[in-house]
Parts: sequence; structure tokens; C-alpha cells
Amino acid sequence: MAPKQRTGIGGKIILGLTALFFYLPILYIIVFSFNDSRSLTKFSGFSLQWYERMFSDRTMMQAIVYTIVIAILATIISTLAGTLAAIGLSRSRRALRNVVEQVNNLPIMNPEIVTAIGLLMFFSALGVNKGFLTLLLAHIMFCTPYVILSVSPKLRSLDPNLADAALDLGATPLQALTKVIVPQIMPGIVSGALIAFTMSFDDFIISYFVTGNGVNNISILVYTMSKRVNPSINALSTLVIVLITVSLLIVNLVPIIKERRREKE
Amino acid sequence: MRQFRNMIYPYAVWTAIMIVLPMLMILLYAFTKAGNDVTTFRFTLENFARFFQDAVFLDVLKRSLVIAVVTTIVCVLFGYPIAYVIASGPEKSRVFWILMITLPTWINMLVRTYAWVGILQDDGLLNRVFALFGIGPFHMMYTTFAVVLGMVYNFIPFMILQIHTSLSKMDKSYLEAASDLGANRVQSFLRVTLPLSLPGVLSGITLVFLPAVSSFFIPKLLGGGQYVLIGNVIETQFLTSGDWNFGSAISLIMAVIIMVSMYLTRKVDTDPAASGRRE
Repeated sequence: MAPKQRTGIGGKIILGLTALFFYLPILYIIVFSFNDSRSLTKFSGFSLQWYERMFSDRTMMQAIVYTIVIAILATIISTLAGTLAAIGLSRSRRALRNVVEQVNNLPIMNPEIVTAIGLLMFFSALGVNKGFLTLLLAHIMFCTPYVILSVSPKLRSLDPNLADAALDLGATPLQALTKVIVPQIMPGIVSGALIAFTMSFDDFIISYFVTGNGVNNISILVYTMSKRVNPSINALSTLVIVLITVSLLIVNLVPIIKERRREKE
Repeated sequence: MRQFRNMIYPYAVWTAIMIVLPMLMILLYAFTKAGNDVTTFRFTLENFARFFQDAVFLDVLKRSLVIAVVTTIVCVLFGYPIAYVIASGPEKSRVFWILMITLPTWINMLVRTYAWVGILQDDGLLNRVFALFGIGPFHMMYTTFAVVLGMVYNFIPFMILQIHTSLSKMDKSYLEAASDLGANRVQSFLRVTLPLSLPGVLSGITLVFLPAVSSFFIPKLLGGGQYVLIGNVIETQFLTSGDWNFGSAISLIMAVIIMVSMYLTRKVDTDPAASGRRE
């Protein structure tokens, strides 16, 4: 882009309004989670009652636990599987690679609701009871493609001779994998894992269709509770916002701080 | 370098089972009659006929398309200037603003959509701001306005990020050349910047249109139970009325519409006459 100058007054107004538009609703929900009445429009005083209700509500706490457990499991499994698949993909024949890449893109390109109903019918055809297992399998299914997409570019820029050299020097394939390839593609793996975690943590549509037997995640709970005015949703939402923001800030700031330290030394 | 080649096979099998098979099941259900078991499939086009012969469903389809198109247009109209301002700022502010735009997209869409419920109420924040200027109050909740607003709020970051990427990839010397050749700022924007950023606009359009046309919780949360888009019809077929054959047919119709619109967008992108002269 051309002129690298300071942003003019018109530009500043546009950016200010943009920030307002994006962050006002988020601030609004945080503020009203501390409201002492049920109202979503009038703030009548500070109170923590909606947080108390949230923490004493079994379905809400269960949903939080399910969301976190599923997100962690789905992240670990899809990061491992996606990394291995991406490495395999980078070495396999072009024809097979093309097919797998196309299929891998399907869940990303398809509207989520289509993926969701496909899985719903698939699980019930197998006779699997909808619940924790189907939820976890579905999350692994839609997270792994993102890990592959994030790891693959790193593999493409990797010198294929490096692993060969390690093998020639007597490393076992496993050693070549863990000591040579994986460290080089680590940034891709980390960002893939981050994407997988947030995709799983935030997912609504697919989870909504494939879960059952009282296994809910936070999104499903917000959806079902929002039919009536229930300020506990605000408390739950605030919890989600804080959790995600803090983890994003950590992920974004840690490299910057490390960089600064290195510069100082 | 064959050692790791075999690592692809487990994943290939997994995708065949978890991705391809469910897609095939949608096809199968869409073209068969209800009540079939594995041994006796009765192929039929009835599910599609039922959709296209029913004025109610056609209305829903039309409304979904109109709302998705309006959402996409609003996202381009507002997203372009925002991306342009960000891209023309200094490096540090660019990084900051891109983070500002990206951060909300990581937060749960349902939570962010629900946040608007309080703001859009008749006695809500927006109407109180309007009252300061002596206008309103407007009835906004459970209207098309609320649904489009919710969609724009959720999807405009994709548009901004895509346009910003193509603007910041642009070679600055083109603009210098344009101004050396006597173009004023408006001319160089219209004839250099805009055509060069068109690929970003087009991929932004795909990224907004696709979720907008298939969305079902935004209309439910902000449009109310009466507000039905095609995604809501699919939801009902699968989770309430249990007519999977009809539901599969509807989602197939939706998928075809999306594929056609993506194809058309891509065609504009590769057509040099439509996208300006790119090498």
C-alpha cells in the first residue's frame, strides 16, 4: 500500500467508529453481567449474583467443563494427527496428495450446517449414541483440516535433504521426525493447535447437531438459554470472553517479549 | 524421501469415513424416499419437487438470498474504507488494527450475537443514543435490520482482512508511476488501487456470502422464532420434524447455490476484462 504516513482525521474517525462497533457489544455484555437486576437495558447497580448463579448451576458448570475437556482433547488429537498427515502428505504421490487435499478442504469450504447434518446422519446410521464421543469425533474431524493447512506451508519451505541427511547419519526415522522435521515446522504446529483450540471451544453449529444425552457445550447452552431473558448468559459470556482474550494475548505477547529480551542481551 | 510417505494413509482412511461418507449420505437421503432401510432404496426427486412447488419454501429461499446479498454489499461498502485506512497507516498501527479486527472473531459468535439483544431493544442503548439527538425510538429487535446487522457484525472482519491483505501486497511504485504520469488521487485510486485490490474484495465476498446464506442462529437470536431463513428450515427438518430426506434435499439446494455463486465470483476474478488488467 502506498502512503506510509500518519492516518488523517477522516481515517481516525473511521477507525474509532470501527473499534466502537466491534467492542461496544462485548463491553456491554461484560457490564451487564454485573447488573443487579434482570434487565438487559437498565443498569441498576453492581452485583455478582449472576456469577453466583452460574457457578451454582450444574448444567452451566457441566457445559463449561465439557467445552474445555473437548477443546483440549480435540486440540491434542487433531494437532498430532494433522501434523503427521501433513508430513505424510508432503511426501506422497501427487495424485493421492491432490485427492486428500481436496477432501481435506471440504469441511472448510462447506457451510457448517451441511457438515453437521452429514455427521448427524452418519453417526445415527452407525447406531452410535449422540453424546460425548460423537461430539469429540466431530470436533477432531473439523479441527484437523485447519492443522494440516497451517503445517503444510512450513513443510513446503523445508529442505527435504535435511531429513535424508539425518537418516544417512544414522538417525532412526522417529529421530529424524522428532529431532529434525518437527522442530523446523513448530511455528506451524503451534498456530494450527491454536486454531484448533478456538475452533473447538467456540463451535456451535456442528456441536448442536451431533450432541445429545445432556452433553452440552457453552455455545449450545447460550443458544438454548437465550430464548428467555437470563442474565447468567452474560456472566457465562464474560467468562468466555476473558478466557479467550487472555489466552490470545499470551500467545501473541510471549513471542514479542522473548524478542525484546533477546534484543536487550 | 519415502520414509514418511505411509503416514498419510491413516488420515486418508479417516477422511474417507468422516468426511466423504457423511457427504454421500446427504446425497443418498436427498434422492430417496423416507422410510427406506439399507436394502430397499427408492430413488425419487420428490424432495426437490416439494421444495420448489411450495411458495413458503421459495419465499424462505428468496429471503435468505436477499439477506445474504445485502449483508455482502454492506460488508464491501463499509469494509473497504476500513481496510483502506488501516492499510495506508504506518506499520505499527497496521499491526495493532489488524489485531483489533481479528480479536473479536476469536470470541464465540453466539456470545457476540447475543450481545446485540440488549443494545437493540426498544429501550436499549441504541435507542437511548438516538433519543439524545431527538430521533426514535425505533423498533429494531426481531426485524430484518437486526438480522443483517448481526450478520455484518459477525462476518465483516473476513472482508476487512481480505481487502487489507491485497491492499498491503500492492506495489507502491504503481501509485508513484500513476502520479508521475499525471493522475490525481481519485484517478490513481480508481484505476490502480481499486483494480489491484479486487481479488481481495472477491475472496471477501465469498467468505461473507457463504456463512450469511447458511446462517441459522443469527436469524433465531435477532430475528426471533418467526424469522425463518433456509438454515432454520434445515434445522427444523433435522431436529424437530425429523424429515431427513427433505432436509438433505434442502441442504443440497443450498450447497449448489453456494457453489454456483463461488464459481461466478471466481470467474469474475480470472476474467481480465472484469477485474482490470492484472498481469
